[in-house]
Amino acid sequence: MTKAGYELFSLQAVVAAGVLYFLAFLAQLASRPPRVAAVEPAAEQVLVGAEGAAQAPATPVPPVESVRRPVLARLGITLLPMAALVHLGALITRGLAADPVRVPWGNMYEFTLTATFAVIATYLATMRRWSLEWLAPVVTGFVLVTLMADSLWLYEGVMPLRDALQSPWLVIHVVAAIIATGAFCLGGMASALYLLKERWPGRLTRMPALGVLDQVAYRMHAFGFPVWTFAALITGPIWAHQAWGTAWNWDPKEVWAFVTWVAYAAYLHARATAGWKGSRAAVLALVALASLLFNFVGINFFFGSGSMHSYAAPVVRLVLG
Amino acid sequence: MSTSTDLLLDEPDDGPLDEGPRALSPRELGRWAWRQLTSMRTALALLLLLALGAVPGSIVPQAAIDSSRLATWQEAHPTLTPIYERLGLFHVYSSVWFGAIYVLLMVSLVGCIVPRCRVYWRAFRHPPPATPARLDRLPESRRITLGGSPDQALAAAREALSGYRLRDLSDSVAAEKGHLREAGNLLFHLSILVVLGGFAYGSLFGFKGGLVVVTGDGFSNTITQYDDFAPGSFFAPSDLKPFSFTLEKFNVDFITSGRSFGAARNFWADLRITDRPRATPITKRLAVNHPLSVDGTDIFLIGHGYAPHITVRDGSGKVSYSGPSVFLPEGTDFRSFGVVKVPDATPSQLGLEGEFYPTYAFTHDRGAFTVFPDAMNPAMSLLAYRGDLGMDSGRSQSVYVLDKTAMKPILKPDGKPVRLDLKLGETEKLPDGLGTVSFDGLSRFVKLQISDAPGSGVALGGTLAGLAGLMASLFVRPRRLWVRASEEAGRTVVQIGGLDRSSGGDLAAEIDRVSAALAGALPVQDEENR
Ligand code: HEM
Repeated sequence: MTKAGYELFSLQAVVAAGVLYFLAFLAQLASRPPRVAAVEPAAEQVLVGAEGAAQAPATPVPPVESVRRPVLARLGITLLPMAALVHLGALITRGLAADPVRVPWGNMYEFTLTATFAVIATYLATMRRWSLEWLAPVVTGFVLVTLMADSLWLYEGVMPLRDALQSPWLVIHVVAAIIATGAFCLGGMASALYLLKERWPGRLTRMPALGVLDQVAYRMHAFGFPVWTFAALITGPIWAHQAWGTAWNWDPKEVWAFVTWVAYAAYLHARATAGWKGSRAAVLALVALASLLFNFVGINFFFGSGSMHSYAAPVVRLVLG
Repeated sequence: MSTSTDLLLDEPDDGPLDEGPRALSPRELGRWAWRQLTSMRTALALLLLLALGAVPGSIVPQAAIDSSRLATWQEAHPTLTPIYERLGLFHVYSSVWFGAIYVLLMVSLVGCIVPRCRVYWRAFRHPPPATPARLDRLPESRRITLGGSPDQALAAAREALSGYRLRDLSDSVAAEKGHLREAGNLLFHLSILVVLGGFAYGSLFGFKGGLVVVTGDGFSNTITQYDDFAPGSFFAPSDLKPFSFTLEKFNVDFITSGRSFGAARNFWADLRITDRPRATPITKRLAVNHPLSVDGTDIFLIGHGYAPHITVRDGSGKVSYSGPSVFLPEGTDFRSFGVVKVPDATPSQLGLEGEFYPTYAFTHDRGAFTVFPDAMNPAMSLLAYRGDLGMDSGRSQSVYVLDKTAMKPILKPDGKPVRLDLKLGETEKLPDGLGTVSFDGLSRFVKLQISDAPGSGVALGGTLAGLAGLMASLFVRPRRLWVRASEEAGRTVVQIGGLDRSSGGDLAAEIDRVSAALAGALPVQDEENR
């Protein structure tokens, strides 16, 4: 296929993945939960417990296999891996469209395309093990909306990488950062659901008990945090040292990576601090996520040429610095 | 995520303190303050403050990072500037208040880690604690009734608990696992100190310097050869390693077709390096992302551009300026801006200022521009000034800026300023017999950074150790299990109780596993779950 062919293919794959996500989303919304009754006792158990989150059962309600799930619910789940596969195809062909072939992380559009894939992949990888079927509509909705925004507002043609970006460290650094971002997004969804459910106990009956939400949030964050540490505080500085001669320069992107890291460290601390468990920790998790997303998107728009990480800035800017 | 965390490790409690700041003796007050400072709550507050404190540095331009942007900003905000100055907002990361936050955090960290290390060491040397009297009070417990004798049940429990540290008690077995979690947590927190120590050492004893080298030129590693030089507080000029090099060749390819037309690719420089005085020079290649290390000092290629050769003859026909002049690129198209100062010209000092176009083109709508970043049709367009360059005043001057306070544009007979449009090889005359300017040749220059940060190895080792510790701290699940067996009416009643300290803990499954193993080893009589 020609380069332009790959680029077109990638675009069409994004659209196809979007359609599949949309169908999955519709199916998830239209289907009733597997067994509302199976979920509610657990929720009540928590609400009457004096300790709130602390008293919840450690494992979510196991899916009741004997009850035949509505076809729609099954469809809502099985469409997801298919959508993810097409999504992956879009990513790969995007990389193949570049001349020379490269990793598809040259600009915001491509980062977002990859990060949404990381969200869905992390979700699919943990869905069975941690019984996360209930999170499907939130994840699917998030991925769908983000992909649409990405295609509408962030789209850019395929460009080659700047020399500073051509490094094996790019691959390691970015892979780690994107995986962590995926896990943090999922953790943030669980924390947000925790807060909503705590605020309106009667509402989110389809969602599991507070304790389960809290634990899923913790697991996602506990997985994301070391990966983020590796990305932002280890490989980032190593790469910056090689490319720019300074491991840590307090460049806006670095500042916000640091702020994000400290905020997540504070979240982990909060969970171990009396009076900060539960909802305050969840709020911190969302603050940390906001700083992460701001760094991901905001820095490029608001700080533009002020950041060495702004992908629009020419490498020669460094000569003037 | 259990509230009984403190049962496992009697670490200092972070709950509200009973002693308030009433009439305390100074000693008590000191101890109270220390307890406050090293509490988990304070650590949390300080972490949040640190995050918050880092933010302004990404919004307000920082003197240490981008001084030219700062200057522009200060010009645009004359009222805010003195206030921000007072608040240290132009150098956040070296400001007193930012320093105070992290010093407090570090003190809190040390005050937190040291006692925890002691506690850990004690716990490590002692066997698991004895079985609590009432296992059903633990966060997770089971009670099953089995056949067989209590001893058989305990033997089966020991079997099922392989991998745990076990302690045999008269009627029960105490088991413990996952010490590495606390060890990892301590290692992680200690590593933070190591990493910061490594960086601090590097910035105190190291240096960072920038320089521009034109192809063919040389450099020897002494302070005077740097364009800008930022030494650490304890850096001694004699620490500079005595190497030197010449820039033999610089290469950059610009893509001439396709969608990435005009993009630079594949730039590298060949340096002929003499790493010690009188050593034989060797040629090494330096490229973006591939720094060179000479005797522990790192050389980085961070930019490049054009240096046209300009010759100025003054009114008397004498060559008063000649050589390559560095023009700084203004964008990816490499339209570049530069300045030439000719202090020795007679009858008056001359200054030239203007732009260089690698592939010159001109249209009426756009004026002069460059079609391509490579030097395919190099040309310059310069304005000429006469007067006093201000170089004798003793004030330091940037070589890239023409101080025009005492200079006047040179005018043509029609009163318009002189514009010298020169293609490669051309010469133009200045009016009034002031001399001539020629564009004789073209070189490229590279912008290098040379730096030495001793201690970065320590910092890197610290981050890796910290990461390992962090993973242990997050993924190892410390837990204690107790199994008690007793005889009741000819049957064996087994009670299993457990305590999990990890936040993601899933103790019920583990207790299920143990009770299933017991039930498998002994005939089951009855089961009741609490
Ligand atoms: C430089 C600042 C600090 C950073 C970046 C930091 C980071 C972290 C992180 C990421 C964790 C999570 C690991 C886990 O959950 O096991 C943690 C846990 C912990 N930190 Fe810190 N910490 C800092 C300072 C402190 C201080 C000053 C204290 C003392 C009050 C402290 C006490 C603890 C404790 C007790 C835990 C274990 C919490 C648990 O059991 O979940 N940390 N820290």
